[in-house]
Amino acid sequence: MSAVRTSAISRVFAEARDSGRSVLIPYCMGGYPSFDESAELIVALAEAGADIVEIGIPFSDPLADGPTIQTASQTSLEAGFRPEHALELAARVSDQTDVPLVFMTYYNIVLHFGLKRFAREAAKVGVAGVILPDLPPDEAGPWHEAAQGKLDTIYLLAPTSAPERIKSVAKVAEGFIYAVSTVGVTGARTDLSDELSDFVGRIRATSDKPIAVGFGVSTASQAATVAKIADGVIIGSALIDRIARAKPSEGVDAAVTFISAVREALDHP
Amino acid sequence: MKRVPDNRGRFGAYGGKYVPETLMAALDELEAVYDRAKRSPAFRAELELYLRDYVGRPTPLYFARRLSEAVGKGRIYLKREDLCHTGAHKMNNTIGQVLLAQRMGKPRVIAETGAGQHGVATATAAAMFGLECVVYMGAEDIERQSLNVFRMKLLGAEVRSVGSGTRTLKDATNEALRDWVSNVRNTHYIIGSVVGPHPYPMLVRDFQAVIGREVIKQSVKAEGRLPDYALACVGGGSNAIGLFHPLLRFRTRLIGVEAAGYGLTTGKHGAPLAKGSPGVLHGSMSYLLQDDNGQVAEAHSISAGLDYPGVGPEHSYLKDEKLVRYVSVTDDEALEAFEQLCRTEGIIPALESAHALAYLKKLAPKLRKESFVVVNLSGRGDKDAHIVADALGVDV
Repeated sequence: MSAVRTSAISRVFAEARDSGRSVLIPYCMGGYPSFDESAELIVALAEAGADIVEIGIPFSDPLADGPTIQTASQTSLEAGFRPEHALELAARVSDQTDVPLVFMTYYNIVLHFGLKRFAREAAKVGVAGVILPDLPPDEAGPWHEAAQGKLDTIYLLAPTSAPERIKSVAKVAEGFIYAVSTVGVTGARTDLSDELSDFVGRIRATSDKPIAVGFGVSTASQAATVAKIADGVIIGSALIDRIARAKPSEGVDAAVTFISAVREALDHP
Repeated sequence: MKRVPDNRGRFGAYGGKYVPETLMAALDELEAVYDRAKRSPAFRAELELYLRDYVGRPTPLYFARRLSEAVGKGRIYLKREDLCHTGAHKMNNTIGQVLLAQRMGKPRVIAETGAGQHGVATATAAAMFGLECVVYMGAEDIERQSLNVFRMKLLGAEVRSVGSGTRTLKDATNEALRDWVSNVRNTHYIIGSVVGPHPYPMLVRDFQAVIGREVIKQSVKAEGRLPDYALACVGGGSNAIGLFHPLLRFRTRLIGVEAAGYGLTTGKHGAPLAKGSPGVLHGSMSYLLQDDNGQVAEAHSISAGLDYPGVGPEHSYLKDEKLVRYVSVTDDEALEAFEQLCRTEGIIPALESAHALAYLKKLAPKLRKESFVVVNLSGRGDKDAHIVADALGVDV
């Protein structure tokens, strides 16, 4: 890992830490509910207080995702959204906002696109990092080589990760460590796991890299609770649920209203 | 010959562990428990006991005289996995894995199923050991295989219908993996084929290798030598690996038969080794049917057990290393072989196994009178009677 490069993502976390602020990371599915609306949504989320935005690239077999993201993924795929469109989307959004963008997708998409080509083209359109939930560091050698110096590779840790594993994953993590809040797939949940604070504590004891918590964070008050123990909060399914429930053409507004409320809860708990 | 997989679960370029972080600890645990179990005389004795007294092993190696005559040349033997308890080779693996689940102290098992054979085998083993059992099955397969759904329910399993994606085996596997991610602390996932993340392709192979070990002994007894050819169908590929693995170090020519569905050029088939390219699905790198964007493509086969866009990583390795020859036969060819076996031998084969039988017709010109051929009859075909009736336009 290069010690000299400070990535856009690292800078966001460093600045937030200095100002005592929590990093808010919403997730949207590229091409959902439509290509134009997803572009509009990302820019609007940035204006509403998002610090980083994750953009999902749909995959036919999203095995780490619950029903909400599965459905959004399928809708986007059926509308013809391809990996090239994700690059186009990122390029369009980068012209309108400075918020770092992170692609989240599954390894086969990247592998098929070509590892080097994906890393190069994503970096070119202003993408700062990549999350691949089915690519643990054990298998990430070829990807890491391709992405080196271009994109942060953000790795996940789970409550089931053993202490030795926390240590080894934290060591290679770039940008931030994605702490999976609960033993399960993505999806909104009523309660946060009781073991979350212990789990984040175990990562903290091992690494001084920033930690963002995702999977299951569903309400503004849950986000505020998470913010007390972690550096950042990731909200995906709960955001997409609001788009799915809104009337057509009102999805973006519903999502922005929600994220504004989360921002408010984080800043004034 | 190189020993595969290596300690990272690699068969050459294939295999590995491409899974969410939540599962990494469970895969490590499974690997450690399996490693201890296979060295343990007590475990091996227990497994052998159940395979003998419950599954009914060894299964016969049967000389199919009238089938041999119909093919015209060669001495054709059938390895009668259809005579295993529950009617297919699947039981060899589920018994082994249920014993591992017990060693890990996990009271709940889950499985995916296509045709229902692996679901039934898992429900059976779970019933015998008193474990809670949930089986995921594509909504379309539930319609195609309603009898097997009822069998699983009789055995005390809960069958959950999967309506996402293509509503078949691929999506049932996604859903089983999601269940496992969510319940990994008390649940063991019994994968039914030589697919999935390491150590599954290895341990399922090891449990199925009993087929090939028996074939070696029985061949020597029946013909005084090893077979010239060994044939098996390949979906995920567990019955094929089970037959091939012990034979790999000998000169027997090994032939894996994929499903060509409506034909390899129609795009409607289940032949990733013939027509796919390397990719990652369900936790491992292997040949895969996929589109130009890396989205997994829909497979097609008249046989639900071969209706899968992926294949076990070891098959990908064996193909690249040219240690096994992979061929394919269409739905129609499989149907013809299905009927042929019924009439020549009085055995109704599973449509999966009928694919291996169908290749005999293409192999015939290469055979001599004394050629010794073993075909793995991986399962019985009662479950497929209504599908065959449909295909033949018969009202049952």
